[in-house]
Amino acid sequence: MTNFLSGLLRLKRGPWEMLATILIGLGVFMLMQPFALWLYTYSFIVTLVGTVMFIVVSHFKD
Amino acid sequence: MSKTPITRAAAATPVRVARKVRGLSDRAIAWIFVGPTIFLLLAINIFPLIWTIRLSFTNFKANRLNREPEWVGLRNYERILTDSDIWLNMQATAHFLFWTIFFQVLIGFTLAYLINKKFKGNDLWTTIIVLPMMLSPAVVGNFWKFLYQPQIGLFNYIVAFFTGKDPSSFEMLGSVDLAPWSIVIVDTWMWTPFVMLICLAGLRSIPDYIYEAAEVDRASKLRQFFTITIPMVLPFLMLAVLFRGIENFKMFDLVVQLTGGGPGSTTELTSINLKREAFEKWRTGYASAYAIILFVTVFGLASIYVKALNKVKER
Repeated sequence: MTNFLSGLLRLKRGPWEMLATILIGLGVFMLMQPFALWLYTYSFIVTLVGTVMFIVVSHFKD
Repeated sequence: MSKTPITRAAAATPVRVARKVRGLSDRAIAWIFVGPTIFLLLAINIFPLIWTIRLSFTNFKANRLNREPEWVGLRNYERILTDSDIWLNMQATAHFLFWTIFFQVLIGFTLAYLINKKFKGNDLWTTIIVLPMMLSPAVVGNFWKFLYQPQIGLFNYIVAFFTGKDPSSFEMLGSVDLAPWSIVIVDTWMWTPFVMLICLAGLRSIPDYIYEAAEVDRASKLRQFFTITIPMVLPFLMLAVLFRGIENFKMFDLVVQLTGGGPGSTTELTSINLKREAFEKWRTGYASAYAIILFVTVFGLASIYVKALNKVKER
């Protein structure tokens, strides 16, 4: 966990890609879950942030 | 001196063309080769994407070309993301996605594991199993429609044989409870061979000496399965899941042929709903916003897929 956080602070590609992947996964879950309409409402913005983040951080150094 | 393909190509080039090319730099020649591809990519992929993004902020209707579209900002997105009917379509898509992937991975891996054992007629069985994947989704949809017929369909008779129910007492495509499962069954039937082939490639890539070393260490078959087979096939399995996930998210033809989205809207997947908005209600701006939402979702999933693919390559 500490490695993950320090990786984020040092702008390392691995942890940031992991974070973006989690956001995309969360967004897709929110889009398709049957529990709450408000989760569905905010799903697109979460997926969009995750996807844009993924494109940007894939240019970071390892 | 033997002639290489390059010298043969150089000799075959007309003198006029050769003179012109000789005057060009390597970079210019590279651009000549890559240029047409880049142009096609821009014209067919990038331009329509940018145009769709622009349309998603307007109330443009493709059947009212003489009417000037109005800029509506984020209203289309707001309406889609607060519409409970579209939310239900997303849930229908999720149901379809989850269960098709679950069954396809389970059955596909089991079939691959069995086919990987050396036995007589191994290749013939592989060909027979792979057949459904080679058919057109429209054809598959049509003949499963006949199989699901409550009066004459074979499916109802098989279920009746095992359960003792009357074959005409249930209707797979007409029932609200059974229709979502009917499309899952057909997609599983059609695409399990695909998952099986990927798993088979994974299983065949495991070197025999690993199992031999495990035998020497007196590891049981079960232990070998969980500590050698599963970890080494996992990247392939993961790829199969992502391939099928992305494909099924866009599923259209098979379901349209089978149920047309009905009964009601229980099997109306997002792609079917999107087509209705765009080409039946002609709400092009609204449908563009809908398409962008689906695009971002699929693009996000594809990004994860590329990452997973790179990891597999690194192994």
